[in-house]
Amino acid sequence: MSDNARAELRQFIVGKFPKIELADDQDIFALGFVNSLFAMELVMFIEKAFSVRIPNDELKLDNFRSIDAMTELIARQQSEDPLAGSSISAVTG
Amino acid sequence: MNVTPELTREFVDAEVAPCAEEFDRTEQLPGSLLKQVGSLGLWAPFLPSEVGGSGTDYVTVGRLHTEIGRGCSGLRSMLTVHGMVSWSVNRWGTDEQKAQWLPELASGNTFGVFCLSEPDSSGSDSKAEGTTAEPDGEGWVLNGRKKWITGGQVADLMMVFARTGPGMSTFLVPRNAAGVEVTPLPRMMGTAASMIAEITFTDVKLGADALLGPRGWAAGTVMTGALDIGRYSVACGSLGIVQAALEASARYTAERSAGGKLLRDQPQLRAKISDMVTARDAARLLCERAGALKDADDPETIMATWIAKYHASTAATKAASDAVQIHGANGCSPDHPVARLYRDSKVMEIIEGSTELQQLTIADVAYREVAL
Repeated sequence: MSDNARAELRQFIVGKFPKIELADDQDIFALGFVNSLFAMELVMFIEKAFSVRIPNDELKLDNFRSIDAMTELIARQQSEDPLAGSSISAVTG
Repeated sequence: MNVTPELTREFVDAEVAPCAEEFDRTEQLPGSLLKQVGSLGLWAPFLPSEVGGSGTDYVTVGRLHTEIGRGCSGLRSMLTVHGMVSWSVNRWGTDEQKAQWLPELASGNTFGVFCLSEPDSSGSDSKAEGTTAEPDGEGWVLNGRKKWITGGQVADLMMVFARTGPGMSTFLVPRNAAGVEVTPLPRMMGTAASMIAEITFTDVKLGADALLGPRGWAAGTVMTGALDIGRYSVACGSLGIVQAALEASARYTAERSAGGKLLRDQPQLRAKISDMVTARDAARLLCERAGALKDADDPETIMATWIAKYHASTAATKAASDAVQIHGANGCSPDHPVARLYRDSKVMEIIEGSTELQQLTIADVAYREVAL
């Protein structure tokens, strides 16, 4: 699951910023291209793609700082709700 | 009640458009009209039925705002800000906040306003927040000033953005909280009936339950989400202005002659009306695409809404300007709606992200598409 999540997150981010090379632990906020608009898009993407609702106390910059951090966030939310899952993974296998 | 675009059109034609000049001149909307808006279920129809909404999809909400915008941008502006607050409480509120506020917001018994812009900073420069919320026991103390607050004169509930340490947070502030002062801002150029105000917060004590959404990260969540909803409403309202300019121009040129020839047969005027029809159709398609993406919870809706608002607002200023030109001196008088449309349309290019901000942002789409 976490490899799928990483791949889907990477695909989404690189789709928005095709020129970047991004390691899983790289701080995306330090790259200088993240603005509030993209942050909101990230929140929406994660909630839709992984069928989770991110609670307010998890909405903090550190949880969106890297692909690793977002993957851990998704895993935490899915463990809270075992019925949650990746809709994209379900379609693509 | 499930409000429909058709019902809204009848309401606008009967109760709103015929009085819009008076609303504009007196710089207010009658309380009886605001009650009718509530009776029709227009304040926040997207809210779930459990709290008094009708679960209306966003494509339809956009059509409702287009109809209202066709009749009176002052009223549409009120729906915009109230919708932003209602959406935010529904999306980011705790169970307790939802239970307290959503039924009131759905009915319009409580009118919500969006408080972001400040006197000493550009509305687009939300990082320059001077308003602060300092921790105070388990609650907060709010200090600062907000300006250009649509509906501020009749606000019951204020959604206020304030700096909380390094980040910004959102607070729900009742109008009757001690330390809240509302000062009307009269003689605005456009949307004059939307009862704009400046609001000062002096040592306003708030409980812990006033915090809406995450602490310190409103910029990436509540603020951007609410502005997206507001921008969509403004885009759809701008489409309504184009439609109103088109209808007024078609009627005028079909009835009035110059040099023994109906104006409708003048090639230069036909060209202006052709441009209005084309701009109207394009704006409608862009608004409906943005609404459909919202209904699908697709993050692409954010950029689609920027594009819809950019096109529709600039189309509105062009259509309203051409409508005044078509009407000649009549177009400059209060006897025809086009002068008001002209003043209102300019506001659409400024609020919820200026034209210049959209021009700065939308170009990114091209660079993504060609992977540069």
